[in-house]
Amino acid sequence: MSDWSKAVSGFARDAAGPHDNRGLDIDELLLFEQGEEGRSGVDLPAPADGGDSLGGLRRAGPIGLPGLSEPQVVRHFTRISQKNYGIDTGLYPLGSCTMKHNPRLNEKMARLPGFGDIHPLQPVATVQGALELIDRLAHWLKVLTGMPAVAMPPAAGAHGELCGMMCITAALAAKGERRKRVLVPESAHGTNPATAATCGYEVDAIAANERGRVDLAAMKAKLGPDVAAIMLTSPNTCGLFEDEMAEIAAAVHAAGAYFYLDGANFNALVGRVRPGDLGIDCMHINLHKTFSTPHGGGGPGSGPVVLAKSLAAYAPLPWVVHAGEGFRLVEHAEGEAAQTIGRIKEFHGQMGMFVRALAFMMSHGSDGLRNVSGDAVLNANYLLARLQDVMTPSYPGPAMHEVLFDDRFLDGTGVTTLDFAKALIDEGFHPMTMYFPLVVHGALLIEPTENESKAGLDRFIASLRRLTERAKAGEAEFFHGAPHLAPRRRLDETTAARKPVLRWRPELAAAE
Amino acid sequence: MRYLSLTDADRRAMLAAIGASSVEELYRDVPKAALLDRPLDLPRGLSELEVTRELEKLAAKNIPAGSVPSFLGCGAYRHHVPAAVDYLVQRGEFLTSYTPYQPEIAQGTLQALFEYQTQVALITGMEVANASLYDGATAAAEGVMMANRLTRRTKAVLAGNLHPHYAETIATYARFNGFEVAARPPDPSGNDDPAALIDGETSCVVAQNPGFFGHLRDLAPLAEACHKAGALLVVVVTEPVSLGLVRPPGAMGADIVAGEGAALGNGLNFGGPYLGLFATRDKYVRQVPGRLAGATHDAEGRRGFVLTLSAREQHIRREKATSNICTNSGLCALAFAIHMALLGEEGFTRLAALNHAKARALAQKFAGVPGVKMLNDSFFNEFTLELSRPAAPIVDKLAAKRILGGVPASRFWPQLPNLLLVAATETNTEDEMDAFAGALREALR
Repeated sequence: MSDWSKAVSGFARDAAGPHDNRGLDIDELLLFEQGEEGRSGVDLPAPADGGDSLGGLRRAGPIGLPGLSEPQVVRHFTRISQKNYGIDTGLYPLGSCTMKHNPRLNEKMARLPGFGDIHPLQPVATVQGALELIDRLAHWLKVLTGMPAVAMPPAAGAHGELCGMMCITAALAAKGERRKRVLVPESAHGTNPATAATCGYEVDAIAANERGRVDLAAMKAKLGPDVAAIMLTSPNTCGLFEDEMAEIAAAVHAAGAYFYLDGANFNALVGRVRPGDLGIDCMHINLHKTFSTPHGGGGPGSGPVVLAKSLAAYAPLPWVVHAGEGFRLVEHAEGEAAQTIGRIKEFHGQMGMFVRALAFMMSHGSDGLRNVSGDAVLNANYLLARLQDVMTPSYPGPAMHEVLFDDRFLDGTGVTTLDFAKALIDEGFHPMTMYFPLVVHGALLIEPTENESKAGLDRFIASLRRLTERAKAGEAEFFHGAPHLAPRRRLDETTAARKPVLRWRPELAAAE
Repeated sequence: MRYLSLTDADRRAMLAAIGASSVEELYRDVPKAALLDRPLDLPRGLSELEVTRELEKLAAKNIPAGSVPSFLGCGAYRHHVPAAVDYLVQRGEFLTSYTPYQPEIAQGTLQALFEYQTQVALITGMEVANASLYDGATAAAEGVMMANRLTRRTKAVLAGNLHPHYAETIATYARFNGFEVAARPPDPSGNDDPAALIDGETSCVVAQNPGFFGHLRDLAPLAEACHKAGALLVVVVTEPVSLGLVRPPGAMGADIVAGEGAALGNGLNFGGPYLGLFATRDKYVRQVPGRLAGATHDAEGRRGFVLTLSAREQHIRREKATSNICTNSGLCALAFAIHMALLGEEGFTRLAALNHAKARALAQKFAGVPGVKMLNDSFFNEFTLELSRPAAPIVDKLAAKRILGGVPASRFWPQLPNLLLVAATETNTEDEMDAFAGALREALR
């Protein structure tokens, strides 16, 4: 950026200079402000061989990486980690994100050398256990969703959506059809319309009815011979089960289109409802939501896609298939896989996430997974029951795994949804999802998951009730300044976007 | 169940507060016919000890690369990851946090991403990098779609030295996103020039360095040919360690770098999760796919970091977003950043030099072996051997002797039966190389 050097202050730092520590909240410099030549956190022997076979392409000049010792690096990342809120810290009620406990057993299993230290291109005879694990996880996913096939490669939910929409497009193409439009409800995650557009479709939004669900009549009116699919989320992002799914499926199929279900909210249904019984053709499953693989500050995820019989032939490569006593990998678009959409990523799928998700499923078992969804739904409805007199639920219950409030309860207080959410940070909780879905004003979407205890929820409820009282008592100033007690006060996002500083440069410090 | 915190007494009290008689009653919006009244036909829940036993049994059916002499590459390289990396990424504050949409309580993730972006920009020689994509192949596909947007053209030229899985991934995206692909055939010689395929419709050329078959090439002339035709050069790097020794794409005129970063900080993991590196020029930053962390200050004037330029992204722009990506490879990027921090300038360049020296030593071992011909005039840590007989059965034979002796090119192209791709890293010992060369000599006899 041309004027990045004037964008933000705070880069003129000296490792030995004055600091801004606040007790355990230690002001931690960037790696680049601590590095010194002649220091490294690893010991490596100097290669004896001085020659090279680089064809004259040796790098010229220094790279500019900072030199730190191991203790410096460990301290650096420990200190900055302590400025993060995680599920391990406390309730993380982000609606539609399913921030549930990440069992450490799963981490340990994924790191077994037999899973963590195998190369994707080893001869298949040397990775039979890995293929068996993928096959076993696929079986669980098919049984839990009531669907006959599953594509394992997608790297995350949005990648799964893309994979599913590609399969649908390929199935239509096989019938000689190229349809133009995809129907997406207004309450959908942003990935749905973005995916449809990536796949070359026009996005046609469907309005919600007064009950917070897809307006069936409006949807039917939009159906036509140029509609390829509907992408629906159920329970939807208002926390409501789409109770007319069977009618939607019938109408969509009558129009020759496909029914894509966004499985982001499968945590409400797992073990109790099989989407396959509701007439869907395709659904991705976020293993990092329902099946507890860690979100890791933004990934990695994993998004297998279950497919109806009509779409199974188009599943992306590679396929894991039974071969006599063992398993083989189908890696080419030929024979049984002649109709595949092809490869959608580098290798076979998110193996590390597969191990974790299967460990979670095996730990719960068939009956235990019913308790996962049951407790998640119970917890959300308990929040609704205990908050509906002071906050404004957008729809009457029962909710599913998450509950939606809008900002009517803040009318006249001068406090916005953003202010309210930031004040929750001072109460020791991560904020809920804000301003999403877009179908209600100033949305606050709360998803407690199955992990919380009643006492934990009661503390959260007490905080929310206290905040609503303070808002209504005219303490708007307090809210505008929140959070007061976090590692940082509110950050200037406007400057960040207007004058982007997206990396450290030595000139940044010099410019101040 | 050990992960559930409600007691039966809690459940009863909560149902009473709700005014429902059972959890099932809360599911009354689900059509009766679709509501299961009993557990599905799947195994019962297991204790931690039982799960461990079962999964250890499955793991034991695989041969871990680190337990035998292993010389596999082709986009996935086995390096030693310092113990501190895995300890730090498992800190719950990193592991169990979401995408940092609440920056006041996510400075750890955000600062680490800012540092990661800086590291990626530095080693690739580019001006700006994003906060990661899924893996190298999808990063390359996103790079092509970004080039299409920037040039308003719809044809991508793929060099013959591009990893076949990357080429296939780009072709899949092309079919459904609606752009054209002109791909050169596989190029074991390293001498094929894709520039001839550039025309007025070409948005970009995608070329790899080191190439899939291991050759190093100066891409500056190709960059010039691209720019002359109004097209962009997308450079793919599948082995990031090479950037410690080899001239980076940014110094050869690359407009976009798409790479695989898993070799640093992350294990082999049977191919995933991996780490999509993505870097470009400042002037193109508003067309970048995925998240970007940026610096700013808080209300008290203290430096802090946020996700920024999000008006490119799906959660704001929906169908007009630059990509549909949401979740990326955050924790893999953190592992990369920690490994890079430990290495520093001295460690990173030395690691690269060591890899190159190991590969040169390995190449020497094959020098006198009958039926083995070295195809490379240049390489970093991987090269291609032409055998006198088909490579796949030989690789299987070596595997039976517990040696993972490279990847046969026929796994990607049946028409190249006799080629064997071989990689060496700092993890390979002299003894392992001798065992490999000896076993290959015997298998070819």
